[in-house]
Amino acid sequence: MRYYTYFPGCSSSHGGAKAYGMSIQAVAKVLDVELIELENWNCCGSTPYTSVDELASLCSSGRNLALAEEKGLDLVTPCSACYVILSRTNSYLKEYPELRAKVDEALAAGGLEYYGTVKVRHLLDVFVNDIGFDEISAKVIKKLDDLSVAPYYGCQVVRPGPTFDDPEAPQSLDRLIESLGAKATDFPLKARCCGGSLIISEEDLALGLIRKLLDSAASNGAECIATVCPLCQTNLDVYQGNVNKKFKTNFKLPILFFTQLMGLAFGIDGKTLGLEKCIVPADRVLAKYVEI
Amino acid sequence: METKVKGTDTLIEEISSLPGGERIRLCIQCGTCSASCPNANRMDYTPRKLIAMARAGMREEVLSSNSMWLCASCYLCTVRCPREIKITDIMHALECLSVRENMSSARTLTPTMYRSFSDFVYSIGSVPEPSFMILFYLLTNPLRALRMIPMALSLLTHGRLSIKAKRLKPEAEKQLKAILDKADELGGI
Repeated sequence: MRYYTYFPGCSSSHGGAKAYGMSIQAVAKVLDVELIELENWNCCGSTPYTSVDELASLCSSGRNLALAEEKGLDLVTPCSACYVILSRTNSYLKEYPELRAKVDEALAAGGLEYYGTVKVRHLLDVFVNDIGFDEISAKVIKKLDDLSVAPYYGCQVVRPGPTFDDPEAPQSLDRLIESLGAKATDFPLKARCCGGSLIISEEDLALGLIRKLLDSAASNGAECIATVCPLCQTNLDVYQGNVNKKFKTNFKLPILFFTQLMGLAFGIDGKTLGLEKCIVPADRVLAKYVEI
Repeated sequence: METKVKGTDTLIEEISSLPGGERIRLCIQCGTCSASCPNANRMDYTPRKLIAMARAGMREEVLSSNSMWLCASCYLCTVRCPREIKITDIMHALECLSVRENMSSARTLTPTMYRSFSDFVYSIGSVPEPSFMILFYLLTNPLRALRMIPMALSLLTHGRLSIKAKRLKPEAEKQLKAILDKADELGGI
């Protein structure tokens, strides 16, 4: 059994990406991984907060790190946006002593101290590098043979880094998909931006980015896209209809969390994996390959 | 809040002194950032130009532009910059400065969206998506909220819309607030 402190983030715990949280727990069980949720965690600090009040954002992030440090385990998050913010706080506190003094003072106001020892990890990194492809393959009981999956990394899981994979041409998710028996398609835009939260304030701009991604995946023969981030999933899935309307396209690409694909291959039923929460229905495509 | 008197520092000095901004003077104006940016074509000034303007002391033009508010934090410019300038972090720093000096561009809704988001982090420590969206639309364009109703219903029927917000335990909420109030008192980074 491997143990980690788990930071779900707002979206996978109580927000629109509950299916991510559900499938993560189901898959972790199969892989003998215990994800112990950090008690009383708060928002990671978030890019929006960083952009209006950077110190407050760093302190909000620092509280989570201080709480996690008491547990003594790696801090794992499945959300790329949380991952980039928590990692950035860690490196900023190391690099900038004056800033660290301020964050220390603020944390002390809440009776906390952070020594800077927590290792922040993305869930993909844990599955790929701690568990490994062989162990994952060994758990597959329903091979997703011939299912063509576009591996979508997005931005913040690999940048700015350094992280566990290449910042522009990552491979880890490709190989994970293949270890499930499925086919990872070419996907030239696999590490390009979905627009993130700008979908709310700058919808036209973000829809243009999403369209390019869907087009890149579909034109390379993908039947679905696998994501590693709640924000990417939401933008590509929930806004796919808006893309079709705006650009008169006809995309029908299911957008799955990579853990949902893993769960299917491990023989877990679709309901446990939250498959019915996909806005673009996934069952028709998946039913060709696997019983759901 | 910080009480830096406007004009006591040049913009470039100010950015250089902020974490992440220290290498801005090393920019060679190669334009790799602008060529990598997915949103540069919608910005008042591309990232390369924005840095040139900051160095030229064009404080008002820089801080009131929409450029940094269209940055999606994809960090492509940062990993490609041959001078290892943390351009994305500089964009965040410019956003903070522009908010602090009340100069945020009115041509983008991003500052209001970020503000609405941050208000929830400050007050309850998490971001309940429906309440955050409603606040944002009330502050910007309530009519646009009507357009969102079909999407909201679709999310609701797919079990993706939580009406109840995640709340921290009262003592944890109090602790977070004490930390954030202290941060405010310390006046920014």
